[in-house]
Amino acid sequence: MSTPFYVSPQQAMADRAEYARKGIARGRSVVVLTYADGIVFVAENTSRALHKVSEIYDKIAFAAVGRYNEFENLRIGGVRYADLRGYSYDRADVTARGLANVYAQTLGTIFSSVGEKPYEVELIVAEVGRTAEDDQIYRLTPDGSVVDEKNSVVVGGNSDSIGNYIGQRHRAGLSLAEALKVAVDGLARDPNGGTPRTLTPEQLEVAVLDRQRFQKRKFKRILGSQLSRLLSGDESAATDDTEEAAAEIAADIDKDPPATAE
Amino acid sequence: MEANTGGTGRLPAAFLTPGSSSFIDFLGRHSPELIPGRRGLPEGMTIEAPHGTTIVSAVFDGGVVIAGDRRATMGNVIAQRDIEKVFPADEYSAVGIAGTAGLAVEMVRLFQLELEHYEKIEGTVLSLEGKANRLTTMIRGNLGMAMQGLAVVPMFAGYDLDLGRGRIFTYDVTGGRSEERGFAATGSGSVFARGSMKKLYRDDLTAQQASTLVVQALYDAADDDSATGGPDLARKIFPIVSLITDEGFRRLSEPEVSEIAHSITDQRLEHPNGPQAPLL
Repeated sequence: MSTPFYVSPQQAMADRAEYARKGIARGRSVVVLTYADGIVFVAENTSRALHKVSEIYDKIAFAAVGRYNEFENLRIGGVRYADLRGYSYDRADVTARGLANVYAQTLGTIFSSVGEKPYEVELIVAEVGRTAEDDQIYRLTPDGSVVDEKNSVVVGGNSDSIGNYIGQRHRAGLSLAEALKVAVDGLARDPNGGTPRTLTPEQLEVAVLDRQRFQKRKFKRILGSQLSRLLSGDESAATDDTEEAAAEIAADIDKDPPATAE
Repeated sequence: MEANTGGTGRLPAAFLTPGSSSFIDFLGRHSPELIPGRRGLPEGMTIEAPHGTTIVSAVFDGGVVIAGDRRATMGNVIAQRDIEKVFPADEYSAVGIAGTAGLAVEMVRLFQLELEHYEKIEGTVLSLEGKANRLTTMIRGNLGMAMQGLAVVPMFAGYDLDLGRGRIFTYDVTGGRSEERGFAATGSGSVFARGSMKKLYRDDLTAQQASTLVVQALYDAADDDSATGGPDLARKIFPIVSLITDEGFRRLSEPEVSEIAHSITDQRLEHPNGPQAPLL
């Protein structure tokens, strides 16, 4: 019978963190930053169907990098958590902080349990508030740490260099087109100092949590022609034409059945 | 009910298990006690609870209108004068409820969530048929309570984006679903509302005419059914009228419905039985 090698806990954890970090570094980055009317999510993603950015609940969205099956699993778990909580209590009781905590516990338990391999994912959970001061962005790492981020955050491969670039250029109160330009310029940079790439709308997945939306669900994908117009700096594209017409119409969609009838 | 269980605060296995896109299926596996239909009454028990009454709906050129009166009754008592019985189910559909108000409202909440949950998980919306079928399943789940007098009989109306027209579905207590042509009514005043609409309905109505039609029908239902409330001019409580078109769900504002209701009541002062259809 051979004697098992002794591996110190420090070494075991460092190995796991290294394993997860390598998995994440292979993927393209996701940028999340605040703008005047909310929070914008920009990812490099050529797929129209497999999303890196998704809606979780009324004011909460999710962005992820890493292994698709792992973060998709967490996304669905988050939607179930949010819907169950909103159904049991009230829609207002579903918060990004609560969701980030649950994700942190889940990732942390997986990370430190010997039988499971750590998840190779990095997540962002963001919630748009009534005002810019109330916006919340949380970044979650594979070991279950939660970081409360301000203004902008980048996850994925090259996140440090892109994060530095964006951090220097981001300021409060950017318009959507300006924020989008900062994010796309950051993503297009070559980490080795070469010429930046050109990213076309087809290569980008963009979504916003827009506090100005009349609907109670603030998440909205920015697609096709609207994205092209925004990327070319057209400020008027920030509110699309159907949105305003739909706004008056939809004011009542927000209504839940009245509490008195329950 | 806590969404996360267990000491670690980690998402329970059920949350991370790949499976159905249905919230109700998930609820059934993880928290069955929260499913409305699973709560039975003791054998032989009946309880009295507020009931909602008449819902009417009509298809017009480019969409569908669905409307409900505002009265909830408990026996011979008016339990509530301003109850809402027509709710958006999602962007392109609405549900109107007749029957036991408490259960019906809970069913609507769960139904709204079911559609939203599917949309978030799948990244696409259900077909109108698919939505109508989900409602069938929910009504079927309530059959036990319906047998004890707590029935919920909804009506489902929506704009079918694939076919480009409005459609109406009605249900019976067993979940039996039928698609209606042109117009439909459900609830205690439905007999009178249907008779009214039968004489007034035409294929080529505009949205405005269809809205007037459904308020006429509700007036006639209230005229002959004590459980249905007419427009309450004194308290300014008017029927809830909602339109669904390719632009989505829109509830008529109070001034809009008030105007329709006032013109109808004014006309009824002259002709109490309302507009007359030709004999031949």
